[in-house]
Amino acid sequence: MLVSYVPIIIFLVVAISLPVVGLAAGRLLRPFNPFKEKLMPYECGVDPEGDARERYSVRYYIIAILFVVFDVETIFLFPWAVLYRKLALFGFIEMLIFILILMVGYIYIWKKGALEWV
Amino acid sequence: MNILVNYVVIPLVKIVVIVAILSGGIAYLTLMERKVIARLQHRLGPMRVGWHGILQPIADGLKFIIKEDIIPIKADRFVFTIAPGISLVPAFIVFSVIPFGPPDSLWGTGGYVTDVNIALLFAVAVSSVGVLGVILGGWASNSKYPLLGALRSSAQMVSYEVAMGFGIIGVLLVANSLSLVEIVEKQRSMGVWFFFVQPIAFLIYYFCGMAETNRLPFDLPEAETELVGGFHTEYSGFRFSLFFIAEYANMITVSSLAVTLFFGGWLRPFSSVAALSFLDIIPPPLWFVIKVLIFLYIFIWVRGTLPRFRFDQLMRIGWKVFLPVAMANVMVTGAILLKFL
Repeated sequence: MLVSYVPIIIFLVVAISLPVVGLAAGRLLRPFNPFKEKLMPYECGVDPEGDARERYSVRYYIIAILFVVFDVETIFLFPWAVLYRKLALFGFIEMLIFILILMVGYIYIWKKGALEWV
Repeated sequence: MNILVNYVVIPLVKIVVIVAILSGGIAYLTLMERKVIARLQHRLGPMRVGWHGILQPIADGLKFIIKEDIIPIKADRFVFTIAPGISLVPAFIVFSVIPFGPPDSLWGTGGYVTDVNIALLFAVAVSSVGVLGVILGGWASNSKYPLLGALRSSAQMVSYEVAMGFGIIGVLLVANSLSLVEIVEKQRSMGVWFFFVQPIAFLIYYFCGMAETNRLPFDLPEAETELVGGFHTEYSGFRFSLFFIAEYANMITVSSLAVTLFFGGWLRPFSSVAALSFLDIIPPPLWFVIKVLIFLYIFIWVRGTLPRFRFDQLMRIGWKVFLPVAMANVMVTGAILLKFL
């Protein structure tokens, strides 16, 4: 029933109001005294060197792509698991084929070294 | 009229109560953590504020509120400001679907805020939104340590989320429902907690939960010896505390879901054995809280015991151990279930 999602929206409103109220209340209490040195990015006490947003390791991108692939696979498995008793043997064999195809890709990325972190 | 009462007024009351309990619980979870870690290290922990430090969380909270809120000059102001909220809000709203009592409890209104038929999917989906707050916070700081911490944390969280999803499917195969209420009811009708049916799924779920909440031994995003404070290095005052609260709320979420999925939720131990019915003297929601506390204790215990993984070890365990084991668990469970159909 769609109406059973209404409490979730109410909870969302309450949850958003918590940090907002806290920050607003804090504004009345906390000091406000910024100066240049205080607002510098932290770099162990030394003046910051260059910009922080430099290129970072390509490994992170690979992990992101792998995540998208595998997470979509898990989403496919959710409805399958819920209906498993009805699908029975048919569902099992279907999923065996599905997982086998997935395993081919998994073994491939393993052999390619995409999972190594050096 | 009836709909208004059933779906707005009563849930609102429950939400306020849950938020109050959760906030107080998180505050005292920090004290519990400090005390337990202290005992594990032969120290006393906080002792000054109140009897045995009992008022310490309140002092901490006050201090967070009256501290200056610093926004670094190079930071992306808007994203920097909202990132802690993005981390905190999902950590809280997951509790709208977690059942802590049977449907007939609380004068028939049910021991949950709402019972949606995709509760488990909702919980998993919403709790993984929290990672966005971590990434955005680290990126918006425009400082080196937070950015590195945020990158590590996002890589770690998404890696373990895959294995966690596969682990949960093991439970779904047995329970055949995404409703958390029905999953607990199923454990009652089967007379066995799913931990005993799906022990491997539980271990995968709990370890991945530790990784998702950035707890030791997986707390690479905040590895203070190498990354200062990780993604929240530039945060101060109340905004810092929001990240902190979110982390503890996530610990409670992971523990609550572990209890609901694998340890019978609000059910007493051996709920099918009539000889133990004297255990019913403890009401169901209290059983739930007791079980959650046990898991929270394990979180702290592990923190006090194990050293931190190296980042390459962390990724290797996630992708090369947990993921294949979880996939194998799904297939083996499916094969065994075929016999019972």
